[in-house]
Amino acid sequence: MRHHLLLRVITKLLVGPIILFALYVQFHGDYSPGGGFQAGVIFAVAFILFGIVFGLTKVKQVFPPWIVHKLAALGVLIYAGTGIYSLMLGSTFLNYGAFTPAHPEHGQHWGILIVELGVGITVAAVMVAIYYAFAARPPVINDEEW
Amino acid sequence: MIALDWIVGITSWASIIAGSAFMVIGAIGTLRFPDFWSRVHAVSVTDSAGMLLLTLGMCIQGGFTLITVKLVLIGIFLFITGPTATHAVANAALVSGFLPRGADRTIVSGEKKEIIKPKATSRKRKPSKAKK
Repeated sequence: MRHHLLLRVITKLLVGPIILFALYVQFHGDYSPGGGFQAGVIFAVAFILFGIVFGLTKVKQVFPPWIVHKLAALGVLIYAGTGIYSLMLGSTFLNYGAFTPAHPEHGQHWGILIVELGVGITVAAVMVAIYYAFAARPPVINDEEW
Repeated sequence: MIALDWIVGITSWASIIAGSAFMVIGAIGTLRFPDFWSRVHAVSVTDSAGMLLLTLGMCIQGGFTLITVKLVLIGIFLFITGPTATHAVANAALVSGFLPRGADRTIVSGEKKEIIKPKATSRKRKPSKAKK
């Protein structure tokens, strides 16, 4: 892997901005195009790019598979928990307006933010998990033959 | 102010049209050039130039706003990633033994020196229907 100097330098340069852009798409999603799903995919792309260039063992040190699988469940828990919380407040499932009965707009703002966060965490974790599952297969072509 | 509007319009549209022309020329080159290396050359060089001219034209149209800042960031991102992607494709082709016509590749590792000749079968082309 040592001969991909240019790709390694550019990848190191790009991983940070890609994660930053994912967070921008995540938390700016209620003002501009974007949201949890796209942000999760962009977030996962940073790790997939790192894994493609530096190898699966390196990226598994950064983002271990057991954390990935826990995060995939955590996102669904946040999403469903928001809905259950609004149920407990005596409203319907995922009715954010019930969080702050005096100002339903505030409750809707926070509710959509939390739900999108859950969606983003799950999508990012599932994308990385799919990449791990594919990349962990034995290679069809040996590295020496390249 | 009317003169300024004219200057902004003329420069931005000139650069947008020039960038679009670069893009179209690159696309035609990708379709029409005979082999892999000339196609990579056509698409990579014109793509960078066309992208820069297009973002420049849109920046002039945007003026001093947040849109221009975002366009500059997009331009920097594409200016870095476009040539890198071309490099990755060309590097993969070269390492897997797909050499340009008439070229050979010398690999020096320590004392050992290895010369790879182009494979005769690597440039097999589909028979073209055009009249010779």
